[in-house]
Amino acid sequence: MALLRIVEVSKAFGDLVANDRISLSLEAGEVLALLGENGAGKTTLMNILFGHYTADSGHIEVGGERLPPGATDAALAAGVGMVHQHFSLADNMTVLENVMLGTERLWSWRSETAAGRKRLLTLAADFGLEVDPDTPVGALSVGERQRVEILKALYRDARILILDEPTAVLTPQEVERLFETLKAMVAKGLSIIFISHKLHEILAVSDRVAVLRRGRVVREVATAEADRESLAELMVGHKVSRPVVEHLAPGEPVVELEAVGYAPPGRGRPLLERVSLEVRAREILGLAGVAGNGQSALAGVLSGVLAPSSGTLRFAGEAVTRFAPRDFVARGIGRIPEDRHATGIIGEMSVWENFICEDLGKPPLFRWGRVIDGRACRDLAAELIEAFDLRCKSMEVPAKLLSGGNMQKLILARTLRREPRFILANQPVRGLDEGAIAAVHARILEAKRRGAGVLLISEDLDEILALADRVAVIHGGRVGPALEVGAVTARELGAMMAGDLGGAGETLPEAVP
Amino acid sequence: MRTEPREDAPRWLLVLAPLAAVAAALLLCAGLILWAGESVPEAYGLLLKGAFGSRFALTETLARATPLILTGLAAAVAFRARFWNIGGEGQFYCGALAATWLGAGMIVLPPLLMIPLLFLAGALAGGLALLLPVLLKARLKVDEVVTTLLLNFVILLLVSYLIEGPWKDPMSLGWPQAAPIVEEGVLPKLLAKSRLHLGLVVGLVAALAVWLVLRFTVWGYEIRAVGINPQAAAFAGIPIDLTVLRVALISGGLAGLAGVGEVAGLKGYLTLDLSPGFGYAGIAVAMLANLHPLGVILSAIFIAGIYVGADSMSRAVNIPTYIADVIVATSVLSVLVSLLFVKFRVRFGG
Repeated sequence: MALLRIVEVSKAFGDLVANDRISLSLEAGEVLALLGENGAGKTTLMNILFGHYTADSGHIEVGGERLPPGATDAALAAGVGMVHQHFSLADNMTVLENVMLGTERLWSWRSETAAGRKRLLTLAADFGLEVDPDTPVGALSVGERQRVEILKALYRDARILILDEPTAVLTPQEVERLFETLKAMVAKGLSIIFISHKLHEILAVSDRVAVLRRGRVVREVATAEADRESLAELMVGHKVSRPVVEHLAPGEPVVELEAVGYAPPGRGRPLLERVSLEVRAREILGLAGVAGNGQSALAGVLSGVLAPSSGTLRFAGEAVTRFAPRDFVARGIGRIPEDRHATGIIGEMSVWENFICEDLGKPPLFRWGRVIDGRACRDLAAELIEAFDLRCKSMEVPAKLLSGGNMQKLILARTLRREPRFILANQPVRGLDEGAIAAVHARILEAKRRGAGVLLISEDLDEILALADRVAVIHGGRVGPALEVGAVTARELGAMMAGDLGGAGETLPEAVP
Repeated sequence: MRTEPREDAPRWLLVLAPLAAVAAALLLCAGLILWAGESVPEAYGLLLKGAFGSRFALTETLARATPLILTGLAAAVAFRARFWNIGGEGQFYCGALAATWLGAGMIVLPPLLMIPLLFLAGALAGGLALLLPVLLKARLKVDEVVTTLLLNFVILLLVSYLIEGPWKDPMSLGWPQAAPIVEEGVLPKLLAKSRLHLGLVVGLVAALAVWLVLRFTVWGYEIRAVGINPQAAAFAGIPIDLTVLRVALISGGLAGLAGVGEVAGLKGYLTLDLSPGFGYAGIAVAMLANLHPLGVILSAIFIAGIYVGADSMSRAVNIPTYIADVIVATSVLSVLVSLLFVKFRVRFGG
C-alpha cells in the first residue's frame, strides 16, 4: 500500500500543459527522485501536491485518503512537508520561533515554548540536524537555514518531505551532510521526494527515479538500474553532447583587479575586501562560491554599475577611472548579467529594441545621432536572430515573452556581436534547459578561442570545472588564489567555499574584525 | 472564476478595452440619473447635444479640451518614465505666471515674436517648477508624489499673494486679478465668434511631437526603458537621473504651455480660478488614454465633452453638474479595470 499516490494529475496554464496525466506513487521509507529540466513540470506537480495549485483533473491520496484540492492545511495535516528552493523563514526571529510559527493556537493564554524547545532539540538530535534554537535565523549560513526548514517540516509531523532543488545553494560538504540526514530520515520510516536536475546527486541519494519531460512522466526506474547517460538522455529527450574544452596558451591579462574593495554607500558592511584577480586573454577563469558572498558586487564593479571604494581595476593594462556601463562597453567589455529578467532585458520592449539598448545614438542604427533607424535596427536584429538561433514569433513581440534560453541568446547576441576582449558571464546558464546550456557554453568557448578573456561566475561547481581553465573561490567578499582546474578537487574547492580560502599556498591578509 | 495572464494582447482588444470601459461607466452612472428621477436617454441625449450638438457646443468642448490635452500629455509622458508628477496644477499656474510676468506690460513685441516668447517662458517656468522635486528624488530619494502634490499649494499661494499684492490690477475694481496680457500677446482665435484659440494647435502639435519623440528617438527610448525596467536601463548604460530630469522638464513644460494658453488665449488675465483643476484632470486624461500621446487628444475631448455637456444638461433637467465628475471618475476606474482584462484572461469554472 503506497503512502502517497498521485493519480492522473493534469494542469495547464493557458496553452502550456505543465502536467499531463501524471501518476506516481511513493512507498513509506523511500526516496523518490523527480528528475527533469526546468519547465518539465516538477515544481508545478509539487505545488499541486502541497495545495498551492488545484489540478485541472486527477487527485492525490495520502495513506489511502484523498486530499481536498487546493488546501495547504489539509496537505500539512496529512503529513506532507515541503522545503522550498527559496526558504520561507523570518530572518529576525530565532530558530525556535521560526519552527513553532503557526503551530500554536492563536487564542491560547500561554505559549508552549518550553515544550516546543524540548521537541525541537529531540528532533534535531534524532536526525543529526544540530542548530541552536535561540540564534536568529538571519545569522545562520544557508546550510543551517535549510536544516531549520527541514526541522520545521519534521516539527509538524511530516511523513512525506518534499525537497525542491535542495542542493542548489550548498557547498559539496553541506550536500554530503544533507544526504546523511536524508538517510537517517528514511531509516526512521519517512518518505522523501527529492527534486533535482543534478544527475550524480539523484544517483547518490534516491531509491527510484521518475523522469519528467514536458509535463509527462517519461520513465520510472529503480536507481540501481539507472546510469548517468541514460538518465540525461531521458531528461533532455536526445543525446547530450558536452562542448569540448581546449586549453589554449593564455595571452596578456585583459582584466586585473588589485586590492579592490566595495562597501555600499552609507554604513554598510563591505561586500568586497581586497579582491585581487587577473583574467588573461584566451582563458576562462571560473569564480566559484556559495550565493551571496560578494559575487553580485564584483560583477557590479566589472560591469561598470558600481564604482569600487578602494583598489584599482585595469583593463588591457589601463586603469579605469570612470565606472559607467557605456564606457565599459566602449572599452570592449561584454557583460552577461546575473538576472536576465531584472537586468538583462527591458521586458515590455520588443525583441529588436532590446538588441540596441547598448548602442543608443550610435550610427548606423541611429540617424543624426538621435533618431532610431527602424530599418537598420531590424536588419541587425534579423541577422543576430539568425546567427544565434534565437526562436521567437517575431522580432516585434515583447522580449518578456521569450523563453529563458532565448532571452539569454538575445543577451549573448547583443554582447558578443561586438567581439568583446573581456566577457563577464555571471550565472550565464542558471535556470536554462540542457539544450540552451550547451548553446550558451559553446558561445562562451568560441569567444575564448577568438581571444577573449572570460570571468565565469557560477554557483554550480560542476559548470566551472567543466568549462574553466583556472578557478578561484569567493567567500565573504574575499577571493582566494586562482588555481589550475586540473590541480584541484571539488572537495578542496568546497572547503574554500565554506570559508577556508587560505589553504592553497598564497597568504591572505588577516580578517579585520 | 480564475484569471490567467495573457501573453500577447491583440491590438483590437487594446482599442476596444477603453471604449468598453467608457460604456460601462455611462451605464453605471445611469443608475444615478435614475435615482435623481430623470430619464436616462433624455439626460444622456442632452449631454451629448450640449457637448457636440452644435457649432457652439463643439467649439466650447474643444476650448475646454485645449488645456486638458496639454496637462494630459504632461501626466502621460511623466508616467511613462514612472515619474509620478501630480503637480500639473502647479506647473500650469507657473506657465500662467510667466506669461503674465512677461506679457502684462513688461515687454511688447510684434505678435509673431510675442506669442512664441510667452509659450517659451511658460514652458520653461513649468519645467523649472519640477527641478526641486527631481533633485530631491535623485539625491535623497524623496517621493515625487508628495513633493509635486504639495508644491501645487505653494504655487497657488504664490499666485494668490501676487494677484492680491504686487501684481494686482489697479483697474480691476478690487477683484484679485493681475493686469491683462497686452494685445500683442493675446492668442488669435481659430474661429470667429468662438472661444477656440491658438492653444488648441499648440496642444495638437505637442501631442504629435511627444508621440514622435517617444517612439522614434533616443530620448523616447530612454524614457520608456527607464519606465519599464530602470535596473536594466541602468545596466545598459542609460543615465537614469538625467532621463528623469529630462522627462520632468518636458512634463512640467507641457503643463506650463496649458497655463499660457488659458491666460493668453481664453481669459486674458491671471486669476485664482484660471484652472478648475486642469492639472489634476490631466492625470485622468492620461489614464483614460493609457498614457498614449495621441490617445490623450481623444480622451481630453471626451472629458471636456462630459464637463461641457453636463453643464448644459443640468440647465434642462434636474441633475447637478457634479454628474460630470462622477462620470469622469467612473470612466478612469473602469479603464483601469479594463486594462486588467487586457493583461489577464478570465476563465470560468475549474
